[in-house]
Amino acid sequence: MSIVLQSPSRKASRVNAFIGRAFSRPSFVIGFAILALSIALALFPQLLAPYDPLAFDLSAIQQGPSLAHPFGTDNFGRDVLSRVIWAYRVDMQMAFFATIFALLIGVTVGAFVGYYGGIADTIFGRCVDAIITFPFLVLVIAIVAVLGPGLINMYVAITAVNWVYYARLTRAEIMAQKSNDYAAAGRVLGYSDRRIIFRHLLPNAISPIIVYWMTDMALAILLGSSLGYLGLGAQPPAAEWGVLIAEGRNFLLTAWWMSLMPGIAIVLTGLGFSLVGDALADLLRPKGR
Amino acid sequence: MSQSIHQAATPLLAIRDLFMRFEKRRSLSDTLAGRPRQVVSALNGVDLDVMPAETLGIVGESGCGKSTLARCIAGLNRPTSGDIRFEGESVIDLKGARRRGYNKRVQMMFQDPYTSLNPRMTVRDTLREAITVHRMREGAGIDRRVDELLDLVRLPDGAADKYPHEFSGGQRQRIGIARALSLEPTCLVADELVSALDVSVQAQVVNLLLELQDSLGLTVLFVAHDLRLVRHVSHRVAVIYLGAIVEVGPSEALFSRPMHPYSQALLAAAPSLDPTARRRAPALSGELPSPLDIPPGCPFHVRCPHAAERCRQEKPALRPVGHGMTACHFAETIGGA
Amino acid sequence: MSQIEKETVLDIRRLRTEFGLTERPLVAVDDVSFQVKAGEILGLVGESGSGKSITLRSILGIVRPRGRVKGEILWKGRDLVPLDEAALRRVRGREIAMIFQEPMSSLNPLLTVGLQISENLAAHTDLDAKARKARAVELLDMVGIPAARDRLGDYPHEFSGGMRQRVMIAIALASNPQLLLADEPTTALDVTIQDQILRLIQALSRDLGMAVILVTHDMGVVAETCDRVAVMYGGRLCETGPTADVIGDARHPYSLGLLRSIPRDVAPRTLLYSIPGAPPSLNALPAGCAFTARCPVAGPECRDVRPNLGTAGKNRQVACHHREQALIHFSAREAAQ
Ligand SMILES: Nc1ncnc2c1ncn2[C@@H]1O[C@H](COP(=O)(O)OP(=O)(O)O)[C@@H](O)[C@H]1O
Ligand SMILES: Nc1ncnc2c1ncn2[C@@H]1O[C@H](COP(=O)(O)OP(=O)(O)O)[C@@H](O)[C@H]1O
Ligand code: SF4
Ligand code: SF4
Ligand SMILES: [Mg+2]
Ligand SMILES: [Mg+2]
Repeated sequence: MSIVLQSPSRKASRVNAFIGRAFSRPSFVIGFAILALSIALALFPQLLAPYDPLAFDLSAIQQGPSLAHPFGTDNFGRDVLSRVIWAYRVDMQMAFFATIFALLIGVTVGAFVGYYGGIADTIFGRCVDAIITFPFLVLVIAIVAVLGPGLINMYVAITAVNWVYYARLTRAEIMAQKSNDYAAAGRVLGYSDRRIIFRHLLPNAISPIIVYWMTDMALAILLGSSLGYLGLGAQPPAAEWGVLIAEGRNFLLTAWWMSLMPGIAIVLTGLGFSLVGDALADLLRPKGR
Repeated sequence: MSQSIHQAATPLLAIRDLFMRFEKRRSLSDTLAGRPRQVVSALNGVDLDVMPAETLGIVGESGCGKSTLARCIAGLNRPTSGDIRFEGESVIDLKGARRRGYNKRVQMMFQDPYTSLNPRMTVRDTLREAITVHRMREGAGIDRRVDELLDLVRLPDGAADKYPHEFSGGQRQRIGIARALSLEPTCLVADELVSALDVSVQAQVVNLLLELQDSLGLTVLFVAHDLRLVRHVSHRVAVIYLGAIVEVGPSEALFSRPMHPYSQALLAAAPSLDPTARRRAPALSGELPSPLDIPPGCPFHVRCPHAAERCRQEKPALRPVGHGMTACHFAETIGGA
Repeated sequence: MSQIEKETVLDIRRLRTEFGLTERPLVAVDDVSFQVKAGEILGLVGESGSGKSITLRSILGIVRPRGRVKGEILWKGRDLVPLDEAALRRVRGREIAMIFQEPMSSLNPLLTVGLQISENLAAHTDLDAKARKARAVELLDMVGIPAARDRLGDYPHEFSGGMRQRVMIAIALASNPQLLLADEPTTALDVTIQDQILRLIQALSRDLGMAVILVTHDMGVVAETCDRVAVMYGGRLCETGPTADVIGDARHPYSLGLLRSIPRDVAPRTLLYSIPGAPPSLNALPAGCAFTARCPVAGPECRDVRPNLGTAGKNRQVACHHREQALIHFSAREAAQ
């Protein structure tokens, strides 16, 4: 009977082993630490930010980094550190919401066209060709321009373009997995197409998609802050790194910290996603052949 | 057409005039130039009966359509034309529940031990899934059945909760057999079941198959290119060339006295274990013609040492010769029957 | 067979090839010794992972720098082991040539076949361009490629698997090698094509007086092609001798088991002899005999004491502590059948 009870614990031990291997990699540990901190900052900025990010202090305008204001203050005397911290909330949200719908839509579409092929695949191919002929940013900006600026519209615009990349990746992965005999075995065993796609093929195809998602979240932050900088994304006075950089652009010589500090936050968070993504790519690579 | 030696019994599977053509994708330049699509003729009118509880061996060079035939029978490929009848009923167009019902009776085992199991599922998950989808058992009976199946294919205790990569090739093929048996089928299609295994492990799996077949009364289609193994396990053997059966008959008769020139060459080319039986000249010259362009008349005539004018014109039909059936105009003279 | 003793060209003494850490090495080839004479075909037979390819690669020095080669490889009296890369290169591909299982991976897909042969001729002969072309045609002719002159301009992918293997042989022959190392040259091919390639290698060896080491896992290939055979298991030799003797009257439990597991002269559909278990992984070999875990006659000392390759009759060697018991064990089985 012990055998019957073994299954869940074996799975748990596999998960534990995976976590163990992950944390024995310095790159994963660093990346994970950065992301964990970023998420904490995004969830609890009120606890961690020393000042109100919106409070003007006209007595302390454009002060350089000091003990009281480690990142300095801006042209309205607002604490840059607090603004950068509050921006985590918006930017981490952006990383997530600008990608998650693209991922869900893209994976579903890609899985179906990859599995069924035929006409659907041909139509999909045309769609992809149409969308990727435009540079990503140009297309997104065009859509935002039509919908109007703002975070939600930015998510819609990015998703409308970005799902194609997930779908393309998923399609290729599913097609490769489909040629394996276990997919044929599933058909001979009388399993439904949905079961074969979602229980058999997708779990085997998902790793590169997850890895891509990690890098894509880093890109989404870059993209979101670029749009914020251009005034098409998050709107001032909301704290968002792109917006913060934009606010500082006229004072680059006199108050460089206004733009540099949010810039560092972008680079650091992007690095966190990339490190975790790279480590996952290694860890998830199938073994045992 | 009926197979003379088995007139008494009704076949479990009756395959009639089966054709399978794969259209190749046309490149843009071909389309523009109006060139016709290239068509791979993988099966070219296969006629074959499979009798209940027999092992039918299928041999032939690679690319001659063995796997395609196996996949058509298992329902993985839909033939272009022709018919496959299972217990008298056509199974070509089965859908939904009826297709599942058919596949419950006819299961398939695959060649590649590395890709035929889902790497992310434990053996237990794999077997449980098949058992539950088909409602073979309920509740605690499911896990009992899993243990029973693993016992049946002689996998050690504790194998159930391991992942495929923790097993050797031979053990994986056993898992494949257990998965097929989980639906309690009547007929197993084994496509090169042991070809990828080490020689010392092949015999283990072949023995298992023989035992299971006898104890469960299974019908087995044993597709393989190892002639010695096919001879050993099969009651009857069909030789396939360019998508058509050129000879079929009782195993011992066919191997001791092949009637078709291709069967003769194939048997002669197979390495024998007798170091005194050495030849200087190859048994058969030339290579398998492309299935894109099957020769007219007898498909074997381009390589056949006995080819005559008639062979280039007229396709020989599969007809009773000696103990079995042969598709050659001159089988009697060539085979000495 | 001629009675004149042919000259020994290759004499391998206590070859040992290891990978990985020096403290805990992975020994892929362990204490392997054998000789090859001019014009002789030696079969090196064993399951996958038994170290056959690494043995061949060690001879050519192409496991270095990652693999460490020890022992002596006497090529016409000169030890190849201590030679540096430059000196080895003069031997490699000139006096000793090698062909592989998958010819596509060792042909350059971007160059025409004619150019690849010509390059090899340029590297190893002093023929001018015109003579090289003529020689290339001659070589392709010699290996049985029809219309050789028209095919010089073709790329590797325009050839079938069997034809590619012929091209590989032609390239190997370009330098008039005295030793051909053939690593499973026919494993990927069909029996009819395998037969053609083996007959070709046999003819070349006979006509050119070329020594050949033919690696295979198929005892049938050995029986039909090789003069002598060396059976390998877990990186070590377990038995060597003239082909007919070893196949007709094997002495080592592994070769006995392997030969018994191949169906010949047994009643159809009876259970085959099968060696229990699976081939060992190299990092889990016992200090003693590599076959211990699967051996039916293993004694208590087998795990710890390495059996030496000892003389067992004329030109034969066997590495086993319990030769008598092995013979008794297997002949009792024989009698029981
Ligand atoms: N899905 C497919 N698409 C195109 N051609 C195919 C397909 N499946 C098989 N073929 C072709 O059909 C022929 C027969 O293949 P197959 O049945 O696999 O032969 P065998 O199993 O005897 O080696 C081959 O020429 C092969 O290339
Ligand atoms: N570069 C390498 N590093 C470590 N181990 C190796 C290397 N190359 C081969 N091996 C090991 O050596 C063993 C023998 O391999 P090989 O000679 O290729 O076997 P065979 O040709 O008999 O199938 C294998 O178990 C393989 O894992
Ligand atoms: S019909 Fe003619 S070509 Fe065909 S196998 Fe018979 S003799 Fe040969
Ligand atoms: S008897 Fe001992 S030495 Fe001989 S093969 Fe068996 S285990 Fe090895
Ligand atoms: Mg096949
Ligand atoms: Mg090898």
